[in-house]
Amino acid sequence: MSSIAKKKGFGATIWDYLTTVDHKKIAVMYLAAGGLFFVIGGIEAMLIRIQLAQPDNDFVSAGLFNEIITMHGTTMIFLAAMPILFGFMNAVMPLQIGARDVAFPFLNALGFWLFLFGGIFLNLSWFMGGAPDAGWTSYASLSLASPGHGIDFYALGLQIAGAGTYIGGINFLVTIINMRAPGMTYMRMPLFTWTTFVASALILFAFPPLTIGLFFLILDRMFGGNFFDHTMGGNTIIWEHLFWIFGHPEVYILILPAFGIFSEIFALFSRKRLFGYSSMVFATVLIGFLGFMVWAHHMFTVGLGPTANAIFAVATMAIAVPTGMKIFNWLLTIWGGSIKVTTPMLYALGFIPSFVAGGVTGIMQAAAPLDYQLHDSYFIVAHFHYVIVGGVVLAILAAVHLYWPLMFNQMLSEKLGKWTFWFFFIGFHLTFFIQHFLGLMGMPRRVFTFGANQGWDLFNLISSIGAAFMAVGVIILVVNIIITVVKNVPAGNDPWEDGRTLEWAIPQPVPFYNFKQTPLVRGLDTFWIEKQEGNKVGMTYAEPLSDIHMPNNSFIPFVMTLGLFIAAFGALYHGEKDWAIPVLVLGIAITVGSMAVRSIKDDHGFHIHKEDLMNDKGGK
Amino acid sequence: MKTTMKEGFDLAMMRGLKKWRLFSLLAALTIFLSGCGEEYLSTLTPAGQVGRDQFNLLLLSSAIMALVIIVVVIIYVVALVKFRRKKVGEDVIPKQVEGSHTLEIIWTVIPILLLIVLAIPTVYYTYKHADVAAMDQVDEEGNKTNVTVNVTAKLYWWEFEYPDLGIVTAQELVVPTDQKVFFNLKAADVKHSFWIPTAGGKMDTNVENVNQFYLEFDKESAGLEQGVFYGKCAELCGPSHALMDFKVKTLEPKEFKVWAESMKTTEHVAADDLATKGEEIFNTSCITCHATSGAGTAGGPAPNLAAFGDRNRVAGFMPHDEENLKNWINDPQEYKPGNLMPQPETINNGKKFSEDQLDALAAYLMGLSVEK
Repeated sequence: MSSIAKKKGFGATIWDYLTTVDHKKIAVMYLAAGGLFFVIGGIEAMLIRIQLAQPDNDFVSAGLFNEIITMHGTTMIFLAAMPILFGFMNAVMPLQIGARDVAFPFLNALGFWLFLFGGIFLNLSWFMGGAPDAGWTSYASLSLASPGHGIDFYALGLQIAGAGTYIGGINFLVTIINMRAPGMTYMRMPLFTWTTFVASALILFAFPPLTIGLFFLILDRMFGGNFFDHTMGGNTIIWEHLFWIFGHPEVYILILPAFGIFSEIFALFSRKRLFGYSSMVFATVLIGFLGFMVWAHHMFTVGLGPTANAIFAVATMAIAVPTGMKIFNWLLTIWGGSIKVTTPMLYALGFIPSFVAGGVTGIMQAAAPLDYQLHDSYFIVAHFHYVIVGGVVLAILAAVHLYWPLMFNQMLSEKLGKWTFWFFFIGFHLTFFIQHFLGLMGMPRRVFTFGANQGWDLFNLISSIGAAFMAVGVIILVVNIIITVVKNVPAGNDPWEDGRTLEWAIPQPVPFYNFKQTPLVRGLDTFWIEKQEGNKVGMTYAEPLSDIHMPNNSFIPFVMTLGLFIAAFGALYHGEKDWAIPVLVLGIAITVGSMAVRSIKDDHGFHIHKEDLMNDKGGK
Repeated sequence: MKTTMKEGFDLAMMRGLKKWRLFSLLAALTIFLSGCGEEYLSTLTPAGQVGRDQFNLLLLSSAIMALVIIVVVIIYVVALVKFRRKKVGEDVIPKQVEGSHTLEIIWTVIPILLLIVLAIPTVYYTYKHADVAAMDQVDEEGNKTNVTVNVTAKLYWWEFEYPDLGIVTAQELVVPTDQKVFFNLKAADVKHSFWIPTAGGKMDTNVENVNQFYLEFDKESAGLEQGVFYGKCAELCGPSHALMDFKVKTLEPKEFKVWAESMKTTEHVAADDLATKGEEIFNTSCITCHATSGAGTAGGPAPNLAAFGDRNRVAGFMPHDEENLKNWINDPQEYKPGNLMPQPETINNGKKFSEDQLDALAAYLMGLSVEK
């Protein structure tokens, strides 16, 4: 039997996805799950804006509002933006460097299931006594005082999901270091691979502080610890430090891959090599490094004293320099190019002014004395939505259109794509631009309502109308996806025609073993070089056709994660229900048991034989 | 809308800013920005030196950033107009430029210079606004020369103690104008943040340590729309975070002295029978938590009501009338979810207060005044 002939029923397909270790299928799952959480987070955003559309509104109650804002922030950051980016990293990065798969396919699956179960656990709080309500930052004095189990769901859910992210980050690092195709030197790596690399390095160093903070919180809330209880010698400011030592690099973990996506788009749709490639790489690394030096700018008003504030203020301003370099390099990339305004390019063009606006307000906040006014006001809300929506979300939407043909061999409708863009883009500016002024006019953030006649009524209404526009944009996108999937017209490879990097060279649909022969990389934008030289077969290859070694599918990652999911309920109800400890032990036993099985049982994978490969047309 | 053009210009003409070449941009910005917001609440209508320093920093940083945006937008628009594929031709392969060292240096050095321009006042004001050395200054007789207020933030109200004057009040901060007023800030339960937007930036009230800073007020609040500046809690602290407002009354130093003296010697005499009846109810049900004498120290379990009749709001956020007061007393949870005031049932033999009781309480409470 040929090892690559496949025809499956529905049940078999489900089983295939539950057990898959293929980076392309894991990418699809990241995208689907992240997309679902994005919609949930978006609905929460709509509820927030409906509540704040008019003064003294009682659409939602005060306590529920705090749950909604907490879940909106937590969901969007941890369960939507990061996983969707992880989806694109999984889908694109291994192909960009000509790898067979990621370095540890088993861990890749484990990382995904950890994220998904963590996210599900967190969202179950809605149905099990109430969601967390101390904000996505969950500052310790409030999170310790919060009644019910909401914060417990937050701490345990994020701990599980965070482990998945951490595993994913390490996996990408090892992949990029070890599995680049021959000729793919570091300084020939596409920018998206570079930004994946740096973002993964940030994950490596930024997630441990969060893990520690969350463990402290878990111990304090569920097991009688006193790390943050000041009446018992603890200190709440420690949480703030741990959170932001993680939290600031986190925003670069999000924005750097976004920069990578836009770098690809600008070059592709300008038919021009990325301007100042080496300085772009340098700027990426520098931003990643400086990202660890500035966390206390989230804490200017905590009372760290003028020296700490002054140092962190100046350090923060320094980040503007490499970020500015990037902006100008992008501008010079399109300058002198041949600009084709496709949907992805439209997002990239929309990103420049939006992100510059978000960046400059960041510099304003870096001025510590001014930040005393801006901090925790609506100005901050406007600022971080300008960078996260104007940067990360626009990149995600651009990448959905850009990489859809790569992932699914179908083109999303360009027409609907542009409608999505205009609704989303106009709605975005309508919603958030005006919030800068609300903040300057004295409106604090995270308020469930506001009194009439404080000068905020009209601007809040405008902001809410903008949010509705964004929702319409997202709905059009969903319609676009459904239509495209139903139509299922094959797009073929290099659908944008000007593909420059290796991922566009692969035949469609992408064979599960990726490149039949590992390609030889002859420079930056290697596929472009081959096309310019008239290479009709796609790439120059670095090896003769030979057997390919592939990993076996495995159900163990799923079971391993399920164990932690069960254990989390034991921890949650510790001291409250009799079954808590047995359930905790059972869950951990399942996880440790599956780890043992994985370690003891040999799994050598399988080989695809040369003859089968020769017969396989690779989707032509 | 309330600031005139002349005032707008005056602000921009601040010494030190004069020399910036960005002057005209600054002036335009000032006029634009000061058109926004209410003068008792907006950071754009500063009412003291600290707020003004911060406002000037806002203008300076906005101007620098506007400059950056203009440059970016110009390059962006020109590139977009000139280099569309429709224009350059469908089959043209542009020159594959690697980069330019000269340009790289330009867009590295110029931003650094711009940031230095911003960094200098940033560092200067950071130290200036943190300087609380004058807090302990005394005159020849050993009296403190400046007013210090100990602020304690509690689930959802504010306690203001004047340790050198031996008085305490709540919800409505009273301060003298034209001098530095120092603050010791602390939270009693969870973290809050103390913010009077017109006077200057916020400072967190932590649970484990005292934060110190100062503000200045150079305008009497009497001239404002409601006779008070608005204060806000700026850190999420629970369901009623949004309702944790306070008000600030600024008096010229002489009047402040008079106010402080009358706070020290609060002697409330119920005005009529109804108020006397209210006082009796108050003394049975409320006095365990609420003090009615302004002399004292911080640490009360509930807001001090010595000057309740003079206040601007009921419960910190509702219009100050008997109707709201009665509603509030009879169902605090309805109006400020999560607050710690007992429901009437727990202090009134398991029942809500009757309408008569409420009338009496309201009459008594509205009569608690030091200004009348």
